[in-house]
Amino acid sequence: MTKESDLKALMAASLEGDSSAHQSLLTALSGYLRSYYKSRLVRAGRTAEEAEDLVQEALIVIHTQRHTYDQEQPLTPWVYAIARYKLIDHLRRTRASTASVPLENAENILASDDRGATESQFDLTRLLERLPERMRLSIQYVKLDGMSVAEAANRCGISKSAVKVNVHRGLKILAASIARETKA
Amino acid sequence: MKTNELISMLSSQVDPVDTREVVRNVRIAILVGAAVSLLAVVFVLGVRTDLNEIHAQNFVFAKLAFSLSVVILASHYLVKYIRPGGEFRARFALTVLPFLAAMVVAAINLAAAPRSHWETMVFGSYWLECLIAIPMVAVLPFVAIMWAVRLAAPTDLLRTGALAGLVAGGVSATAYALHCMDDLLPFVALWYGGTIVLCTIAGAALGPRLLRW
Repeated sequence: MTKESDLKALMAASLEGDSSAHQSLLTALSGYLRSYYKSRLVRAGRTAEEAEDLVQEALIVIHTQRHTYDQEQPLTPWVYAIARYKLIDHLRRTRASTASVPLENAENILASDDRGATESQFDLTRLLERLPERMRLSIQYVKLDGMSVAEAANRCGISKSAVKVNVHRGLKILAASIARETKA
Repeated sequence: MKTNELISMLSSQVDPVDTREVVRNVRIAILVGAAVSLLAVVFVLGVRTDLNEIHAQNFVFAKLAFSLSVVILASHYLVKYIRPGGEFRARFALTVLPFLAAMVVAAINLAAAPRSHWETMVFGSYWLECLIAIPMVAVLPFVAIMWAVRLAAPTDLLRTGALAGLVAGGVSATAYALHCMDDLLPFVALWYGGTIVLCTIAGAALGPRLLRW
């Protein structure tokens, strides 16, 4: 058995709705994706730390776009195309974001003093309120109220995949805003 | 969130999915686009009135043979390009065949005719209408096709957009052929071929913007 045929068999089972095959597939792919992204990021002059975000992004795409895989074709090129697309997208996006910071007057750096923010508490509800509604509700239902993904999907009126992605993206945003507040 | 937590969350309650649906969506969009283009030509421009004459029928068939072969070839490649990595196994060079064939037929036709007829044979009477109508009608199938393509995940947005424009142009030209009164092969090769190429270029320009995911 080659890697390709193992992975393809897992994919076939997960497309039928086999959760454990899906988990094995994503776990196996995450290893390959991690080493792919680490080496390509370093080659592009970036740090290997960015790799994990990309691994997660690619896994989300592999999950949400699994209906775009053609079962008559090998799996490896499909995964590679997704990984490469996300890498190019990431490199382009992060380059644009550094270039789009406008040049201002040097005094602007002293324009406002945000020392007070260090005293603010991490009030979870306050942080949650900053998230878009669907993300907030997804986290609320799944992580705080302990509902299953299916129940939460029903409540929000969105697909189960969307709930999973919302929870993931939402938690990431929360983590980032907590990190920002701690630094401030 | 750690990657293994993400994986277990994504793997909880996995729904079965149909991997053929993306292709079905594109085919339905092409058919819907064709129906709408046909309605636009029939009700806005009107079908040519001499369709009961053999001469007119022959030319309508010649135009349809060209535009439909463009549509069939281009949509064959488009349904491959809508999937990630589709560009690795599909080369759409064959889509130029109908254009080459039309140009060869047009060249033979021109060569057999006296030079003084050439201008009429190339420009016909309604080249401007053709130049405007085909790209305008093509907007309708283009919107439908791009909507369906967005439900999939192309990774070569430029070529996928170009193919969507090519199919839309071909569909539009097919509908326009029922209206067009210029029964000259060089006219068809230049104005049908040229406007379909314009639609392809527009699709290629819009693809990276409209198809990003």
